[in-house]
Amino acid sequence: MRRFFLIAVPYIWLLALFLVPFLIVLKISLSDTALAIPPYTPQLDFGAGWDGIRNFFAALDFENFTFLTEDALYWKAYLSSLKIAAVSTFFTLLVGYPIAYAMANARIEWRPTLMMLIILPFWTSFLIRVYSWMGILSQEGYLNQFLMSLGLISEPLIILNTNWAVYIGIVYTYLPFMILPIYAALEKLDGALIEAAEDLGCSRLSAFWLVTFPLSKGGVIAGCFLVFIPALGEFVIPSLLGGSDTLMIGKVLWEEFFSNRDWPVASAVAVVLLLLLIVPIILFQRNEQKAREADQ
Amino acid sequence: MAQNVFAPWDDPTETPLIQFKGVTKRFGDFVAIDNLTQDIYAREFFALLGPSGCGKTTMMRMLAGFEAPSEGQILIAGTDMAHVPPNLRAVNMMFQSYALFPHLSVWDNIAFGLKRERHTKDAVSARVEEMLKLTRLEKFAKRKPHQISGGQRQRVALARSLAKAPKLLLLDEPLGALDKKLRQDTQFELMDIQEKTGTTFVIVTHDQEEAMTVASRVAVMDEGRIMQVSTPAQIYEAPNSVYVADFIGDVNIIEGTASPSVNGYEVRWAEGHAPLVAKASQVLREGQRISLAIRPEKVSISAEKPENSVNAIEGKIIDIAYLGNLSTYHVEVAGGIMVKAQTANTRRLSRRELTWEDKVWLNWTDTAAVVLEQ
Repeated sequence: MRRFFLIAVPYIWLLALFLVPFLIVLKISLSDTALAIPPYTPQLDFGAGWDGIRNFFAALDFENFTFLTEDALYWKAYLSSLKIAAVSTFFTLLVGYPIAYAMANARIEWRPTLMMLIILPFWTSFLIRVYSWMGILSQEGYLNQFLMSLGLISEPLIILNTNWAVYIGIVYTYLPFMILPIYAALEKLDGALIEAAEDLGCSRLSAFWLVTFPLSKGGVIAGCFLVFIPALGEFVIPSLLGGSDTLMIGKVLWEEFFSNRDWPVASAVAVVLLLLLIVPIILFQRNEQKAREADQ
Repeated sequence: MAQNVFAPWDDPTETPLIQFKGVTKRFGDFVAIDNLTQDIYAREFFALLGPSGCGKTTMMRMLAGFEAPSEGQILIAGTDMAHVPPNLRAVNMMFQSYALFPHLSVWDNIAFGLKRERHTKDAVSARVEEMLKLTRLEKFAKRKPHQISGGQRQRVALARSLAKAPKLLLLDEPLGALDKKLRQDTQFELMDIQEKTGTTFVIVTHDQEEAMTVASRVAVMDEGRIMQVSTPAQIYEAPNSVYVADFIGDVNIIEGTASPSVNGYEVRWAEGHAPLVAKASQVLREGQRISLAIRPEKVSISAEKPENSVNAIEGKIIDIAYLGNLSTYHVEVAGGIMVKAQTANTRRLSRRELTWEDKVWLNWTDTAAVVLEQ
């Protein structure tokens, strides 16, 4: 009995906080807009008995999903989100791997401090941190002032309100999610393996590519998913740092809900986004599973 | 017919493969190797033996190129190795942890070093097959390291380090992770492979039995210095210091003062007891403080005082350690000194005549004890 309750807790959690809200969103996505509170029909009317329930289901349709395929805005937004998420994941890996590598090779008494420094930004509000990038990247911002004072550029660079600002924002925000799994993989690595590779004729560089990198692949894959999945639906970063031409599905979703007040279409967008995310999430789970099996 | 004895260290015309010349290695303030000079010859099976922290692993890591000496020179085949990185040395190492690449199969682990050199694919696979055969691993070529047993992993590590046919193979506690039975089998296997391939082996171990079994010469180390280098038999029978005598096998140490007599030296060891008689290879001064080192198996034990024995002392049995084939008697003699005597158990336990608290006589010959100066 106790075991049953123990297992039940996460399931109840999932049911109440994920499955039920999802079903509500799914239901809204199948509804029609209405000038009412809430702004959609039909509403489930238990008072009318069986007929009420039957009428309720009869009124649901896939109209909103069809609409998503008709307007190019949506699939362009999905594609653009995929692109922005993929590019920023790549840059995050490029920045994160060397940091994780340096941390794993740092002296053992330094490692907790370095780890702390990686996690420290989480103590400040994410919103404030993204906001402060506006001050850095704007035309009169610190970055341009700095580069101009060095004489490297004569005209200020236009970074804010372009996709580049979005990449910078995502790389900055999600960097810890990339560093931590890679660091975990590299830290476990037995130093004798690198020595063995060198002993068998590898240079430092080829020892890295033939031994270190393949053995940290699990961490790299985990880190990429941890960055890619939330970046795909990112809303705050593109709306604060991106420009009018930065098209991301998170932004579209927000506009549908709050500017357009079209809850059913917005819900349809959300449902499709979720379906898109399920693929990488399943791949991620499989990767974790494989890593666990390899450990045994 | 006398067999040709392998002893290049006694031949002044031989040039050593490895030369340590005044090598010192410091880690901060800690001196790991202290002004060490030592030659190792080709085809030798050289064992570095000592307690942990004696510098034996540092010596090996300097040969492999993972550490550079702070002072002095290391020469391999006459070339100074100071600026040669590990990947350019004709030296391979078998790591204590085996350090097998977990993401590669047994086959690819063995091929790893060969692929780094310019060989054709066929040459690589022919060499790998040869190594698999030598180490009897043919059946496991496709497995990953975590899918095979400890003993098999040890053989993969050996095959991998031998694949490039190095001039010198370094073995860092190679058998430490194996259980005793497997370890003994593997020791003979190692000797066999060493003989077949003609490679020079340098082995690091803290297990004196292992060093004695496999090595052509054993170097006993302590605190960064080599205390004695000799064949296993010489190290055991003629240790040059109390440290070596004590480190290798079991030994009784009796201290006393020597004075020359007709048959070697008389050693006064306890007030009111007859002096012990010992032969010494060195010349001792009258009244010099010395230690007698006597192996327990060279001490006989009897209930009656033996006749015609030059060294006979009386004592009481305090403890008996029964080891199956042997028994070791711990006998307390004059001055509270404990002397161990070992006898083969040729009789069944029930017929053993000596027991605890018995008064017994210990005796040994005048050549049984080694005289060590203090």
